[in-house]
Amino acid sequence: MRSSDAIPELLRVSEMTNRHLKRREFLDRAAETLIIAFASIAIAIILLIFVYVGREAMPLLWENTDGASVASTITPPVAWQPVSVNPRYNVIPLILGTLKVTLIAMLIGTPLALAAALYTSEFAPARLREWIKPAIELLAGIPSVVMGFFALIVLATWLQTTFGLEFRLNALNAGIALALAVIPIIYTVSEDALTAVPSHYREASLALGASKIQTAVRVVFPAAMPGIGAAMILGFGRAIGETMIVLMASGNAAYMSLSPLVMTRTLSATIAAELGEVVFGGGHYRILFFLGSLLFVVTSVLNWIGDRYNRRMRRRLFGTE
Amino acid sequence: MTKALVSLFLTLSTLLLTGCPAPGEHQTITIKGSDTMVQLGQRWAELYMQKHPEVTIQVTAGGSGNGIAALIDGTTQICQASRPMKDTEKESLKTKRSLAAVETPVALDALAVYVNKDNAIKSLTMDQIAKIFLGETTDWKDVGGTPGNIVLYGRENSSGTYVYFKEHVLSNKDFPSKYQALPGTGAVVDAVSKDKGGIGYGGIGYATDIKTVPITKDAGSAPIDPTMANVLSGTYPISRQLFWYTAGPPEGPVKAFQDWVLGPEGQKVVSEKGFYPLKGE
Repeated sequence: MRSSDAIPELLRVSEMTNRHLKRREFLDRAAETLIIAFASIAIAIILLIFVYVGREAMPLLWENTDGASVASTITPPVAWQPVSVNPRYNVIPLILGTLKVTLIAMLIGTPLALAAALYTSEFAPARLREWIKPAIELLAGIPSVVMGFFALIVLATWLQTTFGLEFRLNALNAGIALALAVIPIIYTVSEDALTAVPSHYREASLALGASKIQTAVRVVFPAAMPGIGAAMILGFGRAIGETMIVLMASGNAAYMSLSPLVMTRTLSATIAAELGEVVFGGGHYRILFFLGSLLFVVTSVLNWIGDRYNRRMRRRLFGTE
Repeated sequence: MTKALVSLFLTLSTLLLTGCPAPGEHQTITIKGSDTMVQLGQRWAELYMQKHPEVTIQVTAGGSGNGIAALIDGTTQICQASRPMKDTEKESLKTKRSLAAVETPVALDALAVYVNKDNAIKSLTMDQIAKIFLGETTDWKDVGGTPGNIVLYGRENSSGTYVYFKEHVLSNKDFPSKYQALPGTGAVVDAVSKDKGGIGYGGIGYATDIKTVPITKDAGSAPIDPTMANVLSGTYPISRQLFWYTAGPPEGPVKAFQDWVLGPEGQKVVSEKGFYPLKGE
């Protein structure tokens, strides 16, 4: 190659590289725009759902349709009788039922999920851990209608014959089935939190003479506390909004009682069971959307708090988010 | 990236284009409505499609109310309903599509009252049933059974069966707060079959592994079983007609299908599925 050819050749190559770089830059920017667009669509959809649900409930604030208004949701008598000559929309039994079932699910699910998370992150041999984690997470993949069916047919019979319960379908039955749905969420999030605790925490504790159990319970567990808090809040959010399981397993009677052994009715199951037949724009319809907005707000706030706890934990352990 | 997008676009557009029905003699009939009638509708559709391969029939459930709403919106051609259409619903069909609802009874159904197989009671009067489902009678010993609490099961208030039972048996009074609303008659039957104190109601076609209670109209008369003869003669107190609704008189393939359903073959399916044909056998 003669030296006089070298310069145009170099220019040609640089021109090519330049074009290549520009092309890449363009592609990068296009991809970024696309991702932002998709993300905004997702956010817009959530906002629109909220606006729509809220809008259908809104008129309750200033008008009274067929005896339905915001005030009617708490005025006595304490009864949920929406399809009646004289409809009553008191939601207190439904809120009580929702809290009752959710609480039972949390009381059963949390200790199991946390113990499993602590075991897999601190004690289980690596090979066993690779089996347990996906197995528990697989629980989350079981459709809730299958879980509800199991509770309706199998669990209810077992509970009734074993404990001689008066009512087959009750809050306890629904709560146990719901715990199965909540366990994978609490487990996954808290297991991640426990594994994220840096190993020098453990090493320092063991070097000071603490046993493995002491290290796990007194050092690793407290360090991961915000993440575990987030796990519980996210689990609570899932339990409160879960529909199919409670619809099938709880007996769906808006009966006021604190006992876990009687049938009960939740907000989500009420919406699912009744929305199919309501008169569009009528009082019952608006009240159901009001209940929907209530659930939406509660679960959103819970998710938001859960997320904040998770961030706080990262800051505490690593100094960044 | 760009290549992937282009090929994705091409694939999607090909799918859309080929997805369009080819013009020709193939016909589709859509049926939607009552949960009680969905099995019946599906059986009718299966048999009819075997005889007429050029017709595709889609049957979906969702409740009588949902079926009527779909008819009003024009998303179904035939609506199956276990209750008559309300005047307000007929009105909105008229205003929305300026068509009149055409009602055709296609079968008879009797609502049976179910109790557990081991329940000792021999029969109940209409009045006793009403009192039980209103929560006024709470122990089996008050209606001649072995002592024990009565546990109430039934359908949700979005079901045509619920509305019918409430209107015709409870004289439109409200169920008590202990009344358990289950998703589907199958769930009611299952609950009653496993619950010694349970009582429920639903279509007679579902009654397996449980006892259906003979019903007395009033104190003096004899108890009546939910049998074909009693339903047809009108002596069984809780029976109803099952309807098909179309927007305007049925035409073309829908008309042909409806005629077949009302004919001997269609009505034979009715009794196979545990309902009662319009004219007996």
